[in-house]
Amino acid sequence: MKKKIKIGIPRAFLYYRNYILWKTFFEGLGCTLILSPLTNKNIIEDGKKLSVDEACLPSKIYLGHISQLVSKCDYILVPRICNYGRGNRVCMKFNGIYDVVRNLFPDISILDYNIDNLHFKFELTEFVRMGFKVNKNIGKIVYYYLLGKYKEKRQREIFSREQINTLKSNSLKVLIVAHPYVIYDNYLGNNIIKYFKENDIDILYADRLNRKEAVSYAEDFSKTLYFLYSKEIIGSVFCYKEAIDGIIFLSSFPCGPDSLVNELAIRLVDNVPMINIILDESSATSGLMTRLESFVDIIKARRKND
Amino acid sequence: MTKKISFPHLGYYYIVLEYFFSKATKCEVIVPPNTTKRTIALGAKYSPDFVCVPFKYNLGNYIEALEKGANVLIQAGGGCRYGYYAELEEKILKDLGYDFEFYNLISDNHVSLIKGYKFCKKMNRKINPFKCFYYFINAFLMVIFLDKIERYIRLNMGFEVHKGEFEKLEQEYFDSFKNNGIIKNICLYKEYKKKFKNIEINKDINHLKVMLVGELYSLIDTNSSCHIERKLIKMGIEVHRDTDLTYLMITKRFKLRRMIKRGKKYIKYHLGADASGSVVKSLESSKNGFDGILHLKSFGCTPEISAMSILSKISQKYGIPILYFSFDAEDNEVCVDTRLEAFYDMIKRKGRK
Repeated sequence: MKKKIKIGIPRAFLYYRNYILWKTFFEGLGCTLILSPLTNKNIIEDGKKLSVDEACLPSKIYLGHISQLVSKCDYILVPRICNYGRGNRVCMKFNGIYDVVRNLFPDISILDYNIDNLHFKFELTEFVRMGFKVNKNIGKIVYYYLLGKYKEKRQREIFSREQINTLKSNSLKVLIVAHPYVIYDNYLGNNIIKYFKENDIDILYADRLNRKEAVSYAEDFSKTLYFLYSKEIIGSVFCYKEAIDGIIFLSSFPCGPDSLVNELAIRLVDNVPMINIILDESSATSGLMTRLESFVDIIKARRKND
Repeated sequence: MTKKISFPHLGYYYIVLEYFFSKATKCEVIVPPNTTKRTIALGAKYSPDFVCVPFKYNLGNYIEALEKGANVLIQAGGGCRYGYYAELEEKILKDLGYDFEFYNLISDNHVSLIKGYKFCKKMNRKINPFKCFYYFINAFLMVIFLDKIERYIRLNMGFEVHKGEFEKLEQEYFDSFKNNGIIKNICLYKEYKKKFKNIEINKDINHLKVMLVGELYSLIDTNSSCHIERKLIKMGIEVHRDTDLTYLMITKRFKLRRMIKRGKKYIKYHLGADASGSVVKSLESSKNGFDGILHLKSFGCTPEISAMSILSKISQKYGIPILYFSFDAEDNEVCVDTRLEAFYDMIKRKGRK
């Protein structure tokens, strides 16, 4: 029997955005996926050793995850994203992360795709190029890419429907504005989600809003914003503004786009309690919990007064 | 209300910007006061926590210009986060209670010439497009001439026989660049080039050569980087630096793809902003017998952080010393001096072997 190709996927960065697409695509082409373990202290320590000390926390986590995957699989998937067309750029970290990984781990073989619509590198063509490395059947590659896209869309629809149901409920609601790789991460955002769930507060996730809707809201909010991933999350603030009791801006230290976008949003939104939390490598959570507790007290008191 | 235009500082280019805007719009132009400790303190006070340093400098410049009476502000920087500064700066200044108009000449992360023309038209309704074009070309030439002279100065100033001659002539040259036409500018450039060449220099064959790479603001605006460049020059080092406005506006477009190809051992894709340039230039300078590389950036600069992890590999392979500097609002100049001196001693000892 032919041995299946093992593809390693680091559980960080775009994993939280594109995992369903990757899973459908690679499993359809007859590969097995190997996920890195959930983020833990060791991974962060590994990542810290590998990266420059000023690098942002998610990128350190990413490198830590990759170091977990080395020698466990044949290929590691490291996409490179540049832009999705005019006015839809992404953080520069995604432009350079491929080359950083290539230089830090010279022995591994990397599967990569490069989305750069301004230079005619589209997602489909790049997936075909990438898929060709593991399977020679072009028809299959295109089919599984489209299937993956469809499944991803379905999943997003389910999420946004859930979100709408949450909106209808009468309990306290809090919107968490954070990149998916921050909020869903086991080490970074999990404490916060757990805390709110313990206190019976409903959470709305900024990235689960329908993307088109979010982008159009974001474009109203800021005409010159060109970071696509920021648009997708910041739009929710203006969509849900009326319906929620509080907003949490969650960013990791020193996130480039967030430093500007969140500040502008905080200055523009009024009448909603807001808290700006910046996560860093220190694992002490007591300070964070105190801030969250006082925030919850405020929103509870506001609800009572109304 | 008379309109008084102002803009943030970027090295010595305020000469060109002042010329262009005062000619094209026929409005008064207020050059913000020189960047000092007060500027950065003001900027840092009102900026978000971990935004990169150019934002703080720009904000400080704006506040000082507004205090001097400016009421039209311009922002025109592109690349990485720089393109998105404008909106937040406007909001912060408005929240502080200043009354002004803000013009953002950037579209999709690049300086847009059409927006620039529209801005000039709004300031001066009687504008003549041909004249505007003429001023633009002249400003363009001024940038090129300034950069060429500066490049010569960087290479040779460390070896002057009589101390202070270069600086004196440089100041004279900057002062001469006011309200000239194209032809006079070309003549002046040729004249001063000769004058600079006539300054007596004493260059050793084994002189030390250092490459400066990194992020554009720290490199061009020497105020923000504690005047590292001049300090190196005064130690008697030949300083090479490619990043200036000529490179950013013109040559980068043509060179970038070839540069990435030349550095394909280390980079496959463009890293964003000037990071690919930093990598490739360091690679080439380590092959071409430079004694050391200085990497300057402002704190938290994302593309340069990507470049740094690659630079350390180059340093290991070619055995070239690289000194990293990261500038933030509170910089201790003494600390910078100490590190520079240690670096100088190190490359000097290494060079003798």
